[in-house]
Amino acid sequence: MTTDPAAAERPPEPLAGGVPPADDARTAEDLPGLARVLFGLLLLALFAVLALAVLVLPPAAPGLSAAVAARIGESGVSHPVTAVLLNFRGYDTLLEVAVLLLALIGTWSVGTARGCGGTAPGPLLLHLPRLLMPLMVLVAGYLLWVGAHAPGGAFQAGALLGAVAILGCLSGRRLPALVLGWPLRLALILGVGVFAALGVGVAALPGGAPLEWPPAIAKHIIVGIELAAMLSIGAVLAALFVGGRP
Amino acid sequence: MDAMSLLDWALDGVLAFVVLWLAWRALATPTLFLAVVLFIAFGVVLALVWARLAAVDVALAEVAIGAGVTGALLLAALVRLEPTMARGQAPAAEASEVRHDD
Repeated sequence: MTTDPAAAERPPEPLAGGVPPADDARTAEDLPGLARVLFGLLLLALFAVLALAVLVLPPAAPGLSAAVAARIGESGVSHPVTAVLLNFRGYDTLLEVAVLLLALIGTWSVGTARGCGGTAPGPLLLHLPRLLMPLMVLVAGYLLWVGAHAPGGAFQAGALLGAVAILGCLSGRRLPALVLGWPLRLALILGVGVFAALGVGVAALPGGAPLEWPPAIAKHIIVGIELAAMLSIGAVLAALFVGGRP
Repeated sequence: MDAMSLLDWALDGVLAFVVLWLAWRALATPTLFLAVVLFIAFGVVLALVWARLAAVDVALAEVAIGAGVTGALLLAALVRLEPTMARGQAPAAEASEVRHDD
């Protein structure tokens, strides 16, 4: 595609002083007018169909909540979402943590990390993280603990830990190279490792099956898995932000 | 439908309108940086919608991962796409010509 048609269709407003328009502005490679109207009508019709489909749903749809409530005593936690995520459907959560690790492996195979902070953080970025980061770690720990009986859990806490690391990176704090070696890699595989090891380990117990936590120790197993998963998820999200292998 | 008070309807209506408006503005705005900021705002309001639907775990995850981490990732990608834009300068003329060749 040559530059001439693009230049002809580009929004013509020059900024003050004759500076060309911002280069991250989109070029006007739009569809012609009629096609846009038809496309808009099609999308509107799709929206109407979806809205109708939602409106005719029954207002109270219990789904499987009765089955979960019946067995929640054996799950080791008292919040039904956590019970489903980490006990009844623990396999799905194991795969989710593994997928995160795979995404990171893919990202690391593309290139090495460039620094994520600017060279001159402003005054807000210099001082605010010093207050916020310890507080965020505390809130992450709370979210992990409260997930047993209220909304919370490993993913939310892990995302918060990842945000702590991202904030630290953006404000120019660098981890020592030793920490970015095997401790980082250990943190990354800890989630999948602990989960899979426990899942296989319970199969070795008498009368046990893989990923089936015995009700007597289910609570402790879930706490252990959530702790490992939180560290892993935080490390993976922060490493995805930094964007390359260290 | 069971009886929802007028306040509930008003709140849900405002949330639905804001979500749709933010989504449209994020897609239609010509500046990529503004689009990413609107996307982050969209994620936050969507978390409110999840909370309104009584899915608080999803709301927490949405605001932390969908709005927070994804927003940060998009901003980092934007900076790497247009390093001159990150410094607030317009790019050189020949660089913008090269970019419009794809």
